[in-house]
Amino acid sequence: MNPKYLPLTATIVIFVLSYALCVAQYPNILSTRVIGNLLTDNAFLGIAAVGMTFVILSGGIDLSIGSVIAFTGVFLAVVLENTGIHPLVAFAMALLIATLFGAVMGAIIHYLEMPAFIVTLAGMFLARGMAFVLSIDSIAIKHPFYGTLKGLYYKLPGGGRITLIGGLMLLVFGIGILIAHRTRFGTDVYALGGGTATAKLMGVPVGRTTIMIYALSGLLAGLSGIVFSLYTSAGYSLAAVGVELDAITAVVIGGTLLTGGSGFVAGTFIGILIQGLIQTYITFDGSLSSWWTKILIGLLLFVFILMQKGIVYVSRSERRHA
Amino acid sequence: MTAILRSYSLRLLPQLIALAAILLMVSFVFPGFFRLEIQNGRLYGSLIDIFNRGAPVVLLAIGMTVVIATRGIDLSVGAVMAICGAVAASSITSGHSLAMTLLITLGTGILCGLWNGVLVAILDIQPIIATLVLMVAGRGIAQLVTEGAILTFNDPGLIFLGSGSFAWLPLPVIIWLVFGILVALIVRKTALGMLIEAIGVNRQASTLSGVLTPVLLIAAYMLSGLCAAIAGIIAAADIKGADANNAGLWLELDAILAVVIGGTSLLGGRFSIAASVLGAIIIQSINTGILLSGFPPEFNLIIKAAIIVFILVLQSPPARNAFTFLALLRASRKPTERQAR
Repeated sequence: MNPKYLPLTATIVIFVLSYALCVAQYPNILSTRVIGNLLTDNAFLGIAAVGMTFVILSGGIDLSIGSVIAFTGVFLAVVLENTGIHPLVAFAMALLIATLFGAVMGAIIHYLEMPAFIVTLAGMFLARGMAFVLSIDSIAIKHPFYGTLKGLYYKLPGGGRITLIGGLMLLVFGIGILIAHRTRFGTDVYALGGGTATAKLMGVPVGRTTIMIYALSGLLAGLSGIVFSLYTSAGYSLAAVGVELDAITAVVIGGTLLTGGSGFVAGTFIGILIQGLIQTYITFDGSLSSWWTKILIGLLLFVFILMQKGIVYVSRSERRHA
Repeated sequence: MTAILRSYSLRLLPQLIALAAILLMVSFVFPGFFRLEIQNGRLYGSLIDIFNRGAPVVLLAIGMTVVIATRGIDLSVGAVMAICGAVAASSITSGHSLAMTLLITLGTGILCGLWNGVLVAILDIQPIIATLVLMVAGRGIAQLVTEGAILTFNDPGLIFLGSGSFAWLPLPVIIWLVFGILVALIVRKTALGMLIEAIGVNRQASTLSGVLTPVLLIAAYMLSGLCAAIAGIIAAADIKGADANNAGLWLELDAILAVVIGGTSLLGGRFSIAASVLGAIIIQSINTGILLSGFPPEFNLIIKAAIIVFILVLQSPPARNAFTFLALLRASRKPTERQAR
């Protein structure tokens, strides 16, 4: 098998094994209700993680997404409360702001040659600060359109529901996979992750691609903010703290190399499902404390990093012998 | 000697100017800013407050500087602070003596550093991911130690470390001052500092030229763990309890920022501990200044972000090239003066 598929295969195997273990203990986890909830509860994280996958594939990092999610939520809540603007228009405005925000960060990273880590860290402060300025209270969203959106779902056999936001996440993953593997932009992202110098020599427009990557991450963080506000029916400036870490973890567990250039959007989806599964298991068990989630995810992260190291080592020595 | 002193102050000049400008701005909107007074045998005043409140970030920045100089990064320091605070609190409440508690806590911090160091140096994992593992799992471990509650304690010795005073200064200030000078002396009076910079510039080349790269790398992360342990003790002693959820939360970002403001490149190489300490004090001055000047606290993060972006833009390579260009332009306008030299 092509060594490039090994991390993804390992992720899938681990997911299937752990799912089987959970089912053996609690058969109800197999029900479509649990699966539907798994998708709904992790929808905002999944959508943000697609953007993070592209950023990490290009060798960068985006620490601002949690703050952008919070900002979008507060923005929607404030706009819907104080003006008569229709939610759909507010959604478009929020997405535009988030995309521009990401694009500006990308431009700073490229033109000022500053590390993505620090630029997006400043972006994280700025977005959270703007959310605070809009409102420091948790504002409930009572617009009737929100009720309509939340009532939309596709009923699965067995009583499970794929809600609008769960379905949206699946759609975003689908589009993400298409962009990564079937467009010029996608190959440019992979090329950039392999090394800026080589990418430039191959004719990749480095500046444009960098800006587009962070704009895409901003757009998806904004979309994730909309989903989060639908999920919680509120906007709160202290919400979604640390989501960027969960997203990075999902990307790494999904088999994407943090050095960039290698990985799959589909892997991130499995990474999200594994994190959700751990949480579901702990809820089912009832006696385990929630901090075990963090320890388990940390452990999982460690195992995956070791495995990736091993795979890189093996494939290198194979190449040497060949 | 004067030449050394001059080059040293030249290195710290941008940070000193930034700090002076910020302090001056604050003193305009808050007139009593520079006032100091002695009460109950210690100094009180906004300036002392900045040094005192900034203690955890200063300590973290000291360790972070050395790690970043090796071209690494340590994301786990906030979580290690939480672990060490939890260990200190549970050890003192279970009846260990203060000396034993400190020993156990500092040992825990060094152990966390050892874990990070082994991942980076022996298993050769990218530092940002290697330390991410402990960052994610660390708070869970801290909660395991405190069993999910906020562990409070009332041992006067341990509390003294967070809120006591000695020679008119709050104890945290003395701790970071002494520790910082100690670390700076150790790395600068020996060849250690140069070897660390060599690793940061080119790890492979320094290994080939006989530098014990793995040992030094592990030592750097252990130092960072030790700094986090001291910061964790101070933070816990300050609130007389260990809060696994909030102790040191996001302080790793502040510490990295302090190092970057201090002018140490994230790409490794040349480093200055004094500049990083100044960077941490700048961050704390911004925090305290915004509070004192009566801006609505909602604006804190925006102002902080704006100042950071400003400082970073000044330090970015294109801006530096522009400055060099301007300096060259000025130099070329005075050819006679240059010939005279």
